[in-house]
Amino acid sequence: MSSPLIDLVQKQYLRPQTPEFRVGDTVDVHCRIAEGEKERIQIFNGVVIARGGCGIDESFTVRRIVNNEGVERKLLVHSPNVVNVKVKRCGKVRRAKLFYLRDRVGKARKLRELRTHQKKTTQPELAAAPA
Amino acid sequence: MTPGILGKKIGMTRVIGERGVMQTVTVVKAGPCVVLQVKAKETDGYDAVQLGFDDVKPHRSTVPMIGHAAKASTGPKRYIREFRLAEPADVSRGDVLTIDQFADGKVKFVDVVGRTKGKGFAGVMKRHGFGGMEASHGVERKHRSAGSICGAAPGATGRGIKKGKRMAGHMGNVRRTACSLKVVGTDSDNGLILIQGSIPGPNGGLVVVRSSKKKG
Repeated sequence: MSSPLIDLVQKQYLRPQTPEFRVGDTVDVHCRIAEGEKERIQIFNGVVIARGGCGIDESFTVRRIVNNEGVERKLLVHSPNVVNVKVKRCGKVRRAKLFYLRDRVGKARKLRELRTHQKKTTQPELAAAPA
Repeated sequence: MTPGILGKKIGMTRVIGERGVMQTVTVVKAGPCVVLQVKAKETDGYDAVQLGFDDVKPHRSTVPMIGHAAKASTGPKRYIREFRLAEPADVSRGDVLTIDQFADGKVKFVDVVGRTKGKGFAGVMKRHGFGGMEASHGVERKHRSAGSICGAAPGATGRGIKKGKRMAGHMGNVRRTACSLKVVGTDSDNGLILIQGSIPGPNGGLVVVRSSKKKG
């Protein structure tokens, strides 16, 4: 729907290649955290429960349990603060949004692992997005 | 230098700013504008430049307009606007203005003039942000109305409805200026300016972009 000129503007902010992962995957998201002048990488581990948007607005939601409390982070695929997304395990899922996991408690929130899907042991380091 | 340039609002998007923070921007395709006429104090009583923007097919224009544009050796234009100048113009008829005057951080803040989207006859809640009336407690068929507008009838103890009392009426479709908007970036190849935040008017609408009067 957006105009070709808008796409043109967006294009220069997009990553050349995006990390490859699917809904249901357990991933390590390498986030860049700025603390004053310093920067460090923090790893946020969790299950991808949703993906959405397109272009510069493309996003994904990662859910994990911290101290028995559900924590979700919605991240932008093209954000330079998302350094890398590494797939740890591939879950077997039948829908695009796994919001039902929010209501699951204990063992029920586990996803069955997808065995047929060959897990990538080595993933290339992503080139940093132009910022 | 002319104070402004004509352009078209393309639409809104986001770009990645400093430290990966997203910035909301409006994309404006500005120029190229042709100087159709230069007015001088001696001949016209005031100094000004007249800019034309956006080509239109000759058969959709009129013969006088085609002739006027031909004096600047160009085709007829869809939009023609005049910019008043304090001193005699440093451009001449037929010159083409692009966004170069805004490029490379030369201008940090701009004012954008546009015509807002028409909203038709709007009620007070939409037009003036009134709170409306209660959903219950005996309110019937008056949930979006303004309430009382005057204390007492004119001629009695009261003095009637105050002048300028905010009421329902026509909203939008007026000229508005969004002031002191930050220029996020420019793209000279495509004539695009990225302006932080929103600007008046629909996508595709005519806007005037000028360097900010209040903020340098």
